[in-house]
Amino acid sequence: MKRPGRDDDPDRLYTVTGGRSRSGTDAFDLVTLVVSESEPTPGMQSEHASILRICRSPTAVVEIASDLGLPVSIVRILLGDLHAAGRITARHPRTAASADQLPDPEILKQVLVGLRNL
Amino acid sequence: MDSATSDLTGTRPPLRSTADNGLKIVIVGGFGVGKTTMVRSVSDIRPLNTEETMTRAGEGVDNADDVPSKTTTTIAFDFGRISLNDRTVLYLFGAPGQERFWFLWDRLFTGTLGAVVLVDTRRLVDSWYAIDRLEQHGMPFIVARNDFGGPHYSAEDVREALDLPDDIPLIECDARSRESSKEVLITLVNHLYTLSSSARESTT
Ligand SMILES: Nc1nc2c(ncn2[C@@H]2O[C@H](COP(=O)(O)OP(=O)(O)O)[C@@H](O)[C@H]2O)c(=O)[nH]1
Ligand SMILES: [Mg+2]
Repeated sequence: MKRPGRDDDPDRLYTVTGGRSRSGTDAFDLVTLVVSESEPTPGMQSEHASILRICRSPTAVVEIASDLGLPVSIVRILLGDLHAAGRITARHPRTAASADQLPDPEILKQVLVGLRNL
Repeated sequence: MDSATSDLTGTRPPLRSTADNGLKIVIVGGFGVGKTTMVRSVSDIRPLNTEETMTRAGEGVDNADDVPSKTTTTIAFDFGRISLNDRTVLYLFGAPGQERFWFLWDRLFTGTLGAVVLVDTRRLVDSWYAIDRLEQHGMPFIVARNDFGGPHYSAEDVREALDLPDDIPLIECDARSRESSKEVLITLVNHLYTLSSSARESTT
């Protein structure tokens, strides 16, 4: 396992994201599941290629960040690039519509069944 | 899986291709209270860790050159996951409860089902701030006290020290035990279910 942030000095992060600091894609929650829609291509930025490999099976944003050893905010930017290019799809969490709303009882029931069967 | 992928993902088993709904529960508490231990006890995978950084403009002005100062804060957190069925995956986050991390809370933990406040009865004060903030955020929670030995306090003593209302569950646990940690999660989700179904009834 890698220690995240081992060399995440600002210069490196600047290079990884091409200098962008905002993703405009708040769409990627920590637990949004990302799935690759294509294979890496030669010459592709290595972080993009890595994400495409990791996400051959559904993988949460936070797992991708951990695997790459990059902060979540940087990973969101990289995912935004791949999403805009149609190379990944995102399966967003189906929870409450707003922050002050409680989760759907049906979902909670499913969670309970799942936990009891562990 | 080819080796280029397993280099990155280690020995972590992949999720099923049908997985499409990620849920979150946060375990919050002071340093050394057993957050990582609890995540490890119930997770399908070895706990992973990652971090989020955020830069904010400072309130003050940097005296040296008269420009607003900026501070970058990094929050590190660990997490595990439990596949509940073909489609639903529950992620458990162990997050520090100290004051300086709470400005990241909205951004990181919006959409969280609820929280477990893990407390050590020898250091109850460590959890006051987390409980305050969860109440302010309107995030439902339960309190689990991890038994580290030492003097025994009754549930009433703990409730009083935490100023915890009667309708918020308070249970004992051993974060090292899978069964006990499972029971903590079940208690939280039962609590959420009660809140959620009574909220729906009162609006229909
Ligand atoms: N006696 C006892 N020790 C525990 C329990 N839970 C955790 N520990 C120990 O307390 C220490 C800190 O736990 P850790 O999970 O790293 O705390 P964290 O900082 O909240 O993530 C570790 O050495 C654990 O083995 C418990 O229920 N009882
Ligand atoms: Mg820890």
